[in-house]
Amino acid sequence: MSKKKKEKVNHLVGIYDDDEKLLHAVEVIRQRGIKIADVFTPFPIHGLEHALGYKDSRLPDVAFIFGTLGTITALAIQIGTYTIDWQVNVGGKSSLPLPSFIPVTFELTVLFAALGMVGTYLIANKIGPGVQPEVVDPRQTDDKFVVIVKAKDEAYNQKVKQAYNDTGAETVREQILTDTEEE
Amino acid sequence: MYDSPLRQLLVTGNKSYAQVTEDICRPIHSKPSKEWLGAFLLSASILGIGGIGILNTLVNGIGAWGLNKTVGWAFDITNFVFWIGIGHAGTLISAILLLFRQKWRTGVNRAAEAMTIFAVLCAALFPGLHMGRPWLAYWIFPLPNYHGPLWVNFNSPLLWDVFAISTYFTVSLVFWYTGLIPDFATVRDRIKGKFAKSVYTALSFGWVGSAKNWQRFEAVSLILAGLSTPLVLSVHTIVSFDFATSVIPGWHTTIFPPYFVAGAIFSGFGMVLTLMIITRKVLNLEDYITIGHIEAMCKVLIATGMMVGIAYTTEFFIAWYSGSIYERYAFINRAFGPYWWAYWIMFSCNVFSPQVFWIRKLRRNPWFVFVISIFVNIGMWFERFVIIVTSLHRDYLVSSWRMYTPSITEWAIMIGVFGLFFTLFLLFTRFFPVVAIAEVKSIMKTSSDTYRKDAQVEIFHGTPAGVPAYRSPDSNLQ
Repeated sequence: MSKKKKEKVNHLVGIYDDDEKLLHAVEVIRQRGIKIADVFTPFPIHGLEHALGYKDSRLPDVAFIFGTLGTITALAIQIGTYTIDWQVNVGGKSSLPLPSFIPVTFELTVLFAALGMVGTYLIANKIGPGVQPEVVDPRQTDDKFVVIVKAKDEAYNQKVKQAYNDTGAETVREQILTDTEEE
Repeated sequence: MYDSPLRQLLVTGNKSYAQVTEDICRPIHSKPSKEWLGAFLLSASILGIGGIGILNTLVNGIGAWGLNKTVGWAFDITNFVFWIGIGHAGTLISAILLLFRQKWRTGVNRAAEAMTIFAVLCAALFPGLHMGRPWLAYWIFPLPNYHGPLWVNFNSPLLWDVFAISTYFTVSLVFWYTGLIPDFATVRDRIKGKFAKSVYTALSFGWVGSAKNWQRFEAVSLILAGLSTPLVLSVHTIVSFDFATSVIPGWHTTIFPPYFVAGAIFSGFGMVLTLMIITRKVLNLEDYITIGHIEAMCKVLIATGMMVGIAYTTEFFIAWYSGSIYERYAFINRAFGPYWWAYWIMFSCNVFSPQVFWIRKLRRNPWFVFVISIFVNIGMWFERFVIIVTSLHRDYLVSSWRMYTPSITEWAIMIGVFGLFFTLFLLFTRFFPVVAIAEVKSIMKTSSDTYRKDAQVEIFHGTPAGVPAYRSPDSNLQ
């Protein structure tokens, strides 16, 4: 991730009023060789990530790794304190009571997996306390579906606007927005 | 895409996406009603009574309670288990029903999860106070110390409980908040007023709803649901270990884990119904929390109510069949001893009262359901009281048999915690989106009468037989 502040550049914005229209529009726009910078929707739309060609999220793998870390931590704490550091002889019972370790191990596995995954999720999505949002249109969290494309030369811009209009966009406009393109 | 004509309608009133936002955000935008203010002041005052009880306990110690040498656990642990049980429905609705793709959860999951979090907070208060010296509560964690170091006992179910409940609270909170972020963003983008906007901007974490965000959101929701499902089952299992691993007749039974989990779901749904029937009416959310939702929850009540019924009966049978005279005595004493009235309140509220829901008309009548849900709450409170107090009050030595009478302080704490719960819930209904806005919008295409004019509405909506299915007025009749 680059540390330098992202520049603001001109974008072409197409606003749709229905999720199925948007899904169709995304497919058409990409077929015409236009690179979509981002899509904003008020709720998750099934199939949108495939239409945009996104790879599957790796967050489940993150959860698994953190969960494993939790399992190891739990066993290390329990064996470290109860078996190695200070054994307590209670009626000759084992100082390595593995069945008794199951509940705490399970709980810490779940705790680590959940917190680790959600932490990664916040970082990956670049959201968190104090983050100022750049809202393209305030209705994008209500009932509008917004597509943005980074503007280039005039001919390209016309092509994009044409694609928006062909797919039934309600509003087409230009707007200065932060450049999200990765170099 | 194939759409079953029998698919249930979960959102009614012919709503557009914008109307969904408008309806759910309305309480946040408008001034509090007189009823809300009245209810809030009442709850806060009741909470104040609890505060006095807690203060008295902290200053004078556990001696302020009605416990004695024989009955060492009573109101404190009864209330603890009661509230933990209440806290099970939220995660059950949002996690298990998500895994089972039960779309009706979208109408009620937000409020149920809020209820879970508040209930677990209320529950956590009791073991804290019951320690006697809550300022040393950090001793329950395995922290390095200057006593050897002496570590906590990992063989003890009481310690497992510490981990189970703190994990459950944390994960439920994270699950709830992850779902709230997009909805806070919705409120942020429409609310007027500089201060309110800055508060909701902070709460929404800068969410903008890009496609990538939503893709990760869905992945996180699914995995959190997968993690929460065994978690929610483990929590009450471990709570039941507090009793089951002891050698007290009446507690020492292997049936406890499933029996406690079923009871927790039962009591949790009882409380969800109590709260939702009022909330949907007061906040005008009847189009999102429909009669169909209430009916679905009533069905859960019948199922889990019968599970606890089977557990009560099995316990009794095994007490006789085991041949253990102490076990047999504990159960006969439970049903016919000095606390017989508590046992029969428990039995009739939990096993008999939900049976009325076999009748369709009754489970689709919100006010009738409300009354039964109160019975369920009472019954489940008594279940914990019966298990704890009747098993303890007559121990092995007849000379130490005692009765238990709660002190005024204990009553004050018990009532005050209800005040805490309702205060938190009222604040939630005022400042938070009570229904998951984004989730409801995502099921609109398949489950709302706006888009499913052809659906046979009667399946979920109750048109009497023989009457043509309801069609919304502006639908095109072919």
